[in-house]
Amino acid sequence: MLAGNLRRGVTAFACVVAALAVMGWLGPAKAAEAAMVKIGFIKAEQDRQIPISRLDIVADDAGLRGAELAITDNNTTGRFTNQAFELKRYSLAKGGDAAALIGQIAADGVGFVLVDADEAPLLALSDAARGKDMLLFNLAAPDTELRDEKCRANIIHVAPSRDMLADALTQFLVLKRWSRWFLISGANQPDKAMADALRRSAKKFGAQIVEEKAYDVTDSSARTDSGHAQVQQQIAVFTQISTNYDVLVVADESEIFGPYLPFRTWSARPVAGTSGLTPVSWHPAHEQWGATQMQNRFQKLAGRFMTPIDFHAWLAARSVGEAATRTKATAFPAIRDYLLGGEFGVAAFKGQKLSIRKWNQQFRQPIAVATTELPVSWSPQPGFLHQRSETDTLGIDEPESRCKLQ
Amino acid sequence: MLKTRQAHVGRTGLIAAAMLIAPLGGAEAYMAYVSNEKDNTVSVIDLDKLAVVRTYPVGQRPRGITMTKDGKFVLLCASDDDTVQVIDAKTDKVVRTLPSGPDPELFVLHPSGNPLYVANEDDNLVTVVDVETEKVLAEIPVGVEPEGMGISPDGKIIVNTSETTNMVHFIDEKTHEITANVLVDSRPRFAEFTADGKQLWVTSEVGGTTNVIDPATHQILKRITFQIPNVQAEAIQPVGVRVSKDGKYAYIALGPANRIAVVNARTFEVEKYLLVGQRVWQLAFTPDEKYLVTTNGNSNDVSIIDVAKQEVIKSITTGRLPWGVTISKD
Repeated sequence: MLAGNLRRGVTAFACVVAALAVMGWLGPAKAAEAAMVKIGFIKAEQDRQIPISRLDIVADDAGLRGAELAITDNNTTGRFTNQAFELKRYSLAKGGDAAALIGQIAADGVGFVLVDADEAPLLALSDAARGKDMLLFNLAAPDTELRDEKCRANIIHVAPSRDMLADALTQFLVLKRWSRWFLISGANQPDKAMADALRRSAKKFGAQIVEEKAYDVTDSSARTDSGHAQVQQQIAVFTQISTNYDVLVVADESEIFGPYLPFRTWSARPVAGTSGLTPVSWHPAHEQWGATQMQNRFQKLAGRFMTPIDFHAWLAARSVGEAATRTKATAFPAIRDYLLGGEFGVAAFKGQKLSIRKWNQQFRQPIAVATTELPVSWSPQPGFLHQRSETDTLGIDEPESRCKLQ
Repeated sequence: MLKTRQAHVGRTGLIAAAMLIAPLGGAEAYMAYVSNEKDNTVSVIDLDKLAVVRTYPVGQRPRGITMTKDGKFVLLCASDDDTVQVIDAKTDKVVRTLPSGPDPELFVLHPSGNPLYVANEDDNLVTVVDVETEKVLAEIPVGVEPEGMGISPDGKIIVNTSETTNMVHFIDEKTHEITANVLVDSRPRFAEFTADGKQLWVTSEVGGTTNVIDPATHQILKRITFQIPNVQAEAIQPVGVRVSKDGKYAYIALGPANRIAVVNARTFEVEKYLLVGQRVWQLAFTPDEKYLVTTNGNSNDVSIIDVAKQEVIKSITTGRLPWGVTISKD
């Protein structure tokens, strides 16, 4: 084993030298020192509700591990291009000083910053970064308004918006002719926002909301001893309606009641939305389009499954690497201009090139509709056509965009 | 020299004549071996009858498939078993396995018949395996997700494409060291040298292009793009490519565009698109280049192309998700 590693090391070194000599990426005199691109990762602290299912507990290193994997991938390529990539970690306390943090990041020479934060801290960071050589990547905030009336020129949205997620799900349900919906929404702001996205999407693709109910509990303990008996009765009664429907659609990002719905409903109907069949940008069991390699690499690195935010972080950091390779540059302006310039595209295990919408800087991407166990399908669905790219049937399209990037 | 179909028919024809049977009826047909990724089987297609004559079980997730130079054995990447299986072409029995490194997908044999160069997607390595002694001779570090493997006709230059690094790595046969890296479009999948060794054709699945590279200078001679009416750009995903021995035509499988692009290899112009089955992946010529066989993963069939006419003449149902194809030598 040791001999093998040594041999690999020696060969790797030889490769770098050979690569540089032949390709002339850098002059021979400077060959030993790779040009560095620093990528930051900010985790904004937030209060998290304990999820109903243990399977939904978010790992402390969620997102971070995806970024680390992309740095490793970028550095493997960097051996051939004489570029190196480094990840720097930051955290923003709840109500912390965004300006001070951005100042520190700028002083560290970091230009590309992955941000795991909700809307408010993300906007505070964006304000603080204005006028600096800094580009933020939104890994976590799904708020559609961030891509629309509140859009910012210094934010690239890697995470799909609620509208994109809703459209991905709706296309599938409409394709299945499960067009009559019973919509149940939660009482917290994100739940209401998701319900809005689903209503808008139903209208866009011709689904009909035949009945709506609100579940007005805003806080709930996830764990109770023998609480299941009550839940079983309550959900059956709550979902008993006289209107016939095809599918129960739930908007409960807060996870107050959504995960209790499948199989506890009064009628024998499937559940979709934030529980049951859910739209997701990544799934730990996704293995199409070469994703097996990605999942294997990630699991080897992190010792756990890859989640959507890990994928977002990987995609953001990998995109910086891709831009550095293509432009043969490591300076901030060259990479930023390439990312936003319209030529950029990156392979990311979704069966097609992922690129960035120029009108609101949202990554266009296929979205899976999935059970907990497996992706069921990938949207856009066949037949939902678009003059530019079928992925632009998901989310806000250019003509309806209210985003003015500045 | 090129082994002609005529010579082949002549030899077996003698036997047939001795048996007082019409020569054509007794001729041994070329056999196509198709790896069925989802079924863990290989379908054997008789290319005279144009029908599947046998199907036999192999290891898990069979993908890359090739014949040994003597035509006696089929070599198969059993990706999920982390091994290369050696299958007797006549008896369909797995006679031994070769160490391949993890998750082998594609490989290429040295023109002399040994060694075998295997791309290990999970480990960013190309593994060099002696097919006689079954020993790993070397592990060559390459870019992220190595996939396509090619070798120059003289055996001196090995080529690997890395799907996430997006490079073509040129490797010296003797030293196992990388001598050059050429950046190509996204997700390079497959590399094919022309018979004269003067061009290297590399497909980029996500980039939607094929680059023709001069292996001597490492310059890109031509970046070929594809436009098909009523097919969205994202669906055009070049994967397999084969160039006729006379260097006149290249045939490129375009994945979910469900078509083979016929490219004039002298002018690099795309002359036509042949409609085949769904998600067409890999290609193989019969040794006489009469037929080109394409594996169509999502329609569970292969298409048979009459090369002279540049027409699809038949679809033949295989197992589920046919992935790779190789054809017997005689």
